[in-house]
Order: sequence, then structure tokens, then C-alpha cells
Amino acid sequence: MFRKLHDAGVNGVTIYIDDAPIAAEAGESIAAVLLRQEEIWSRTTPATQAKRAPYCMMGVCFDCLAEVDGVASVQTCLTTVRDGMRVARQRGKRSLISKGSLIGKRSLGA
Amino acid sequence: MSKVDLLVVGAGPAGMAAAVTARRFGLDVLVVDDQPAPGGQIWRAVETVAASARGVILGDAYRDGKSAAEAFRASAAVYQPGSQLWQIEPGFRAFVTRDGKARSIEASAVILATGAQERPVPFPGWTLPGVLTVGAAQILLKSAGQVPAKPFWLAGSGPLALLYLTQLLRAGGQIAGYLDTTPPRRLGAALPHLPRALRAAGDLAKGLGWMMALRRRGVRIVKHVVDVEAIGSDKIEAIRYRTTGGEQRTVAAEILLVHEGIVPNIHASLALGCNVQWRDDQDCYVPILDPWGESSQANVFVAGDAAGIAGAKAAVIGGELAALRIAMKLKRAGEAKAIAAAKPLRHRLARERALRPFLEAMFRPRRQIFAPSDDTIVCRCEEVTARDIRAMAAIGRPGPNQVKAFTRAGMGPCQGRQCGYTVTHILAEAENRPAADVGFYRVRPPLKPVTLGELASLDQLETTP
Repeated sequence: MFRKLHDAGVNGVTIYIDDAPIAAEAGESIAAVLLRQEEIWSRTTPATQAKRAPYCMMGVCFDCLAEVDGVASVQTCLTTVRDGMRVARQRGKRSLISKGSLIGKRSLGA
Repeated sequence: MSKVDLLVVGAGPAGMAAAVTARRFGLDVLVVDDQPAPGGQIWRAVETVAASARGVILGDAYRDGKSAAEAFRASAAVYQPGSQLWQIEPGFRAFVTRDGKARSIEASAVILATGAQERPVPFPGWTLPGVLTVGAAQILLKSAGQVPAKPFWLAGSGPLALLYLTQLLRAGGQIAGYLDTTPPRRLGAALPHLPRALRAAGDLAKGLGWMMALRRRGVRIVKHVVDVEAIGSDKIEAIRYRTTGGEQRTVAAEILLVHEGIVPNIHASLALGCNVQWRDDQDCYVPILDPWGESSQANVFVAGDAAGIAGAKAAVIGGELAALRIAMKLKRAGEAKAIAAAKPLRHRLARERALRPFLEAMFRPRRQIFAPSDDTIVCRCEEVTARDIRAMAAIGRPGPNQVKAFTRAGMGPCQGRQCGYTVTHILAEAENRPAADVGFYRVRPPLKPVTLGELASLDQLETTP
């Protein structure tokens, strides 16, 4: 787990990770926020459902993928936080239809 | 679709310098970059952080980036951050995704200033949450102002590892121990390069200063570590390490940072069909370039660490040289003037590169990282092990592309960025031929994952006036 050296102060925003409100700072990446949580993992792998967490922080490993505002497989190290953003840890493969859609996540099969 | 004289891919030291120089000659310049702000990895978030307390922690080489970013902003080059390049067609037509929408750009010349990435270091447990690269930890310090919450371990070798540890101590972080994987007798191998390295005595002294700072602060340093293993089920819980002297220990760990040097990002060069050559001293491929940085493909230039690792100061010069040549080729700069302007640049470039042979000999990675144990995951995306790769090597004499087709190694979203060199090295060893002969994955578009929705948005933009 990581900790911030400073207080976000006026730059503070709130994002939601798996529906829990989390304090973040404008301008930082979602992956940085994930790494400050008790559970730092961002996704499970399609092949063996092993947990993965941000590893490279520069967009070349794809282990920090998560669902962001209903869009699956977002590289969270390249995406900066926005107030009210909803992040869901991603389990397995991305599905064609996101959780937020009318058809529902599982109906097209994994 | 838009049309420009010059497309620059990457807004790090090389890309920014190239854009500034090209603008001076009146070229239309578009710079695309996947990060949210200019600076590349070395100067991440420099515009906001340089003047803060964090800027002092990160040091002068970091703060130097602020004026470079200011000059870039002032150059009036069109800058599109948050853009992922996923294809360049000859001619040139580049395809970029930004904010979930794809678009194409036509350009007369292209500079690939795509920088470097850390060399993948496969070992048992390297995929566990809590194992990160040193570069990742440094990016977290630069862009989010954060450090490991508890004393952490670092296993690796090279200047970046020493720099990060020094910065971390300045930030008030705590180090459990530094497992130095630099093999024994490396100083002896590096000494013949010392006279030349003294041309860059300032940088040499800086490196020695980092080492001394660690000793002064009483950081626990374990020398000649040869094997590292991360142990845990859902996250790292412990590290087991072994030294060349035979000392073996298991220690509790919540965060392990790893680093074995950096390698050029060559995916875009490979996709454009630029010829590359194997560099034995850097254990990687580099594009074959002329003295201006032009590749085997006319009007495709490569500048900065993407052309071979040489650091930020050399990258700036490489960017300037490439832009000069393009201005000359597009008839915006007189030939005599451009050649005269290039002369002092080349002189400075030679000085900036003087330290490299010493560093490369001193910190050449230990052989073990190229020959991981059978159980080690090689391809992080598809979870293909070294055993799987060796099994393929045993039934024929495959190259990386056959292994990819048979095992799916290199087929995941990272497109072989984390497994390419390991597969090359494993095949070289199993087939008893040099890595240069084995080659690398054939890189195909898309260079980064792109969704059907994004492709559809491209169609709409192309057909509606």
C-alpha cells in the first residue's frame, strides 16, 4: 500500500471504487488511488482469475485495467480522476455490454 | 481528418524539443501523447510539481523539465494529450484515439519520440499485487506525491534504482532493504570505459553521491543478489532471495520494487517497418538510423530513448536534429544553414553519450533474468510460463511468431511489451543461437487496444463533411 505525502486540500475530489466513496486529488491517476487502498488490486485475469494490481504506471503492462464509468478495460494509470467517477474492479474478460447498459452484463455470455 | 507537415509521437524531452525546433521553421506540427500532460516519464507532471516541495525531493534534473515544457507550450505546436496512437500507414496516415473517439491524421513526416520502458524482469511471483517497477514508484512520487506506506524492498540494479532510493529518503519514506542484483566484478568490466566517462564527470559524481547517501543513511544493502522470488497468494507477503555467495533468506514484504534498466519503445518503429539491429551492450533492439535520426523508411525519424537509451539531455538534441532535417527536406530550411546548426548539436550529443558505455558495462543485467525458471510466468497477459515456451522450442526451431501462435504469448493487450525480449532470450538459449538471430515478434496494428465503438466513430468522422 502507498500513502500520500501531502493533503489534497482544495484539490480534493471523491470517486467511488466498488461503490465505496474514496478521497482523491484532482490530477492524479485512478491507479494511484487504487494503490492507496487496503486492497490494491484492480482486476482479475481472464486466464486464471488471478488478482493483478498496477505494475508499470506508464501504460505498457495493462494490469491496471478496471471498469470506469461503465466502460471496461480502461487503463487506470493513464486516466485521471474526476469528481464522482465510478470505478469497479474488473473480474475476468471485458464483456461486450457494460454493467450500466440495459441488456445487462452477463446476457451475451463471457 | 487533419493534415500536418510533421506528426510527433510523444511529448517527452525529444518530442517537445522536436516540436519547438520544427515550429521555428514554420512547420505545422501536431504532437500526440498518451499522458495527460507534457514531459514524458522523466518529467512527469513537471508543470505543476517543479515549483512545489515535491520538486525539491525530485531534484534539479527533474526541475529542468519545467523550462522545456514552457518552451513547448509557447511553440504553438498543436498538442493533443491523452491520445493513443494505434496505427500508422505509409504515406503517412496515423490513427489515434482520444476520449473514446478515433481519428486519422495525414502527415508529410513523422518523428517517433516514444521513449523507453523498463526492461521486463520475470521471476516467480512478479505478477502479484504489490510488485511494481521502480519507475512505477517514481511516477507515483512525481504525479501523485505518494510513497510506500511501510518500509519496502527494492531488488534491482542501475542508476534509476539508486536515484529513486535517494529521492524516497528525501521524501521521508522508509526502506526495508536494497537487494542489489549487480553481478560481482562489474566495476572491473566497466573501468576501461572510465576515461571516456570522465567527459560526463558531473553525472558520474551524481551517481556516486546517491550510493554514498544510501550508506550514510544506513540503508540495508545486500550485494550480489542473484535470485528473487515473490511469495503470496492474492498479494505479495514475502520475498525469498539468494546471493552468489549462497546466502538465502526469506523476509516479509508488502511492496517489492524491481528494476533492471530500461529499453527503447520500438513497437511503433517495428509497425512502420523500420529496420532494427540488436545491441548486445544494451540487450535490446534499436532502430537503424542515419546521423539525423532518419530510419530505413524515408521521412520516419526516431528520436530520444526510443532510438537507443541515452537519457533526457541526449533526447533533446536528438529531437532537434530530426526536426532540422525535416525542415530541410520540406524546403523550409536552407541546407547550409541546417548543416551548420547541426554541428554543435552533434558535438554535445557525443558528450552526453560519453557515460553510456561505462553504465552499460557496469549495470548490464544479470543473465538470470533472461533465463527464468520453468514455473515463471513470461507473458503476464496470457499467463504463459517459461516451461510452455521451452516446450515449443523442443519440438522444432520456432521463432517468436510461431511461439505466439501456439501459446498466445504476446497476444494479450500489452502486445508483447512485457514478454517479447524474454521469449527471444529463451528461444536463443534453447536453440543455441544468438538473440539477434531469433528476432522479435512481428508487431501488427492496433498498437494499443481499440474498441469497435472507437472504430465506428472513425467511420463517422471520415464520411460526414
